[in-house]
Amino acid sequence: MPFPPVVPVRSRRVATVLFALICAFGVVTGCASHAASPAASPDEPKRVVSLDSSSTEILFALGAGKEVVAVDKDSDYPANAPKSSLDATKPNVEAIAAYHPDLVVTAYDTNGLVSGLRKIGVRVLVEAAPTTVDGAYAVWNAIGKATGHVPAAQRLVASTKQQITSIVTAAPRPTTPLRYYYELDQTYYTATSHTFIGSLLGLFGMTNVADPADSKTAGGYPQLSAERVLAADPELVFLADSECCGQNATTVAARPGWQSLAAVRDGGVVALNDDIASRWGPRIVDLLRTVASAISKVAVHAS
Amino acid sequence: MPADSPGRQRVTRLRPVVLAGALVLLLAVLLGSVLLGAVDLGTGRVLGEVWAELTGGRSPLSTQETAILWQLRVPRVVLGALVGAALASSGAAYQGVFRNPLADPYLLGAAAGAGMTTTIVVVFFPVLAAQTSNFVGPLPLAAFVGAVGGVTLTWLLGRSAGGRGGTATLVLAGVAVTAFLTAVQTFVQQLNTDTLQRIYSWMLGGLATTGWHNVLLAMPYIVVGAAVLCGSARLLDVLALGDDEAAALGVRPARARLAVLGAASLATAGAVAVSGLIGFVGIVVPHVIRLLFGGSYRVVVPLSLIGGAIFVVAADVVARTVLAPAELPIGVVTAFTGAPFFMVVLRANRARLR
Repeated sequence: MPFPPVVPVRSRRVATVLFALICAFGVVTGCASHAASPAASPDEPKRVVSLDSSSTEILFALGAGKEVVAVDKDSDYPANAPKSSLDATKPNVEAIAAYHPDLVVTAYDTNGLVSGLRKIGVRVLVEAAPTTVDGAYAVWNAIGKATGHVPAAQRLVASTKQQITSIVTAAPRPTTPLRYYYELDQTYYTATSHTFIGSLLGLFGMTNVADPADSKTAGGYPQLSAERVLAADPELVFLADSECCGQNATTVAARPGWQSLAAVRDGGVVALNDDIASRWGPRIVDLLRTVASAISKVAVHAS
Repeated sequence: MPADSPGRQRVTRLRPVVLAGALVLLLAVLLGSVLLGAVDLGTGRVLGEVWAELTGGRSPLSTQETAILWQLRVPRVVLGALVGAALASSGAAYQGVFRNPLADPYLLGAAAGAGMTTTIVVVFFPVLAAQTSNFVGPLPLAAFVGAVGGVTLTWLLGRSAGGRGGTATLVLAGVAVTAFLTAVQTFVQQLNTDTLQRIYSWMLGGLATTGWHNVLLAMPYIVVGAAVLCGSARLLDVLALGDDEAAALGVRPARARLAVLGAASLATAGAVAVSGLIGFVGIVVPHVIRLLFGGSYRVVVPLSLIGGAIFVVAADVVARTVLAPAELPIGVVTAFTGAPFFMVVLRANRARLR
């Protein structure tokens, strides 16, 4: 059982308090006058459009929410985000330009979005979906840098790291690693350990039943056959198709053959919030809490 | 254009040897299909499990493996056989009724109708569409209603336009209905591009792993439809001669067509409901049977029934093993293997006739 050394914790706490003070000061002065804020630079964006739901969550978590003038139609969190009808899968440069942005944040450059926006002189930040937790932190820092919220990003990363460490160390770890299956949809599309969600779940030292099925073409998201899922007999089943498609412990228990699964027998079927599970914003901490409590429940049977 | 040349109609009776051979081949394919799958259960152990079930002994399989065998694999094999039998025998019947070698079970709007209703359910009722636990899932039900509705619409349109109920107007009505329903389907689909993948995978066809529910849902329609088709094989032979000749032989062409098309469409709707659109089976199987065993519908319909079952079950084995642990859409397999095989049979037959 690793006990964190005492002194660093205290100094970290001091640092956190200091940070909080600086932050509060920064917010006050920032409100008083934008130009007077020490982080402000001439090209700091004042009108931001987000075309990616993860980026929206990150922008608001960094305190850049007040500069956000529009978010795409899938950005449903936080509730006060200025949701628009912009569609990130088929972006329309003119529709985006109507919001007069000075920065557009997106995860994908589709339909010539970036070149179109650059032509009309709009800065674009393309932050591709990360595949690791550190990759997510890098995205947070990049968005912080582009919007002039560098300290906030650093604080968010530090506190998230700390929370994740405490959640993961507190979770039980059976001697034989738990096997889990992560369901993306009902045709058994799944995510391996080499994806962002897989790397998050891997923090708990579990085995992903889809890992042997990965291939270059699947790119971390292979489709399993129903037979393979049954044969793997996972102790944990995470459903990322709960909100979209109404899947839960009851519906999966009714699937042919699923009554034989350890996960169904011992209450290891966990309906995740699809949105949180598919994004790389600060809410990954909530996701990991849900996963940790499921592990504690199942580990009793697995010991 | 007649589907078969008059010279090849001499064989009108199904020889018992051929029937027995076909049934043995079907049994072999069924057994092989139960033994093969994404998960290797071991031939001996599967046979041991079957023996244990029959004698009440101890099964060599684990709980998961028993579930894989009886809840996933066996119902899937049975479903494949039913769907193949329905599509191939309906295809044979359609070709007979329309006297057109290109007629297939989807000609009269069954596919477009099912595609439209399925898309509507997936797009507007996504949570409902995801239900699989009910005895009758909403998706198969929607597909069935759509398939029957599409064919009915074609029939009504063809009758109101065609006067005496000739086959040409019916085919044209089918083309119009298919185009219209497909347009509606595409429009609805574009409203919500998130569901594209689900709709697309349904269209490619597949034997869903929903256990015995789908088997029980499709079985009554397919069994009744196929039985009627086998019973009307002589009627089809008469219709193949042409309407006037059929009338001279005491058959009322319009009424006979309605009975045969009704039975074939019902069987097709049952198949489409549980397997989506599996292409090529309804065309390639009856033609191969015709080339190998002669053109009489008293031979073609029953052998297409068995041949279709063999073809789809075998194609499904390929679909679920070749990319294991992932699966190929079965529609890809039927077209990819069916087309070359068809060409080989066609060429071999040409050589023999020369």
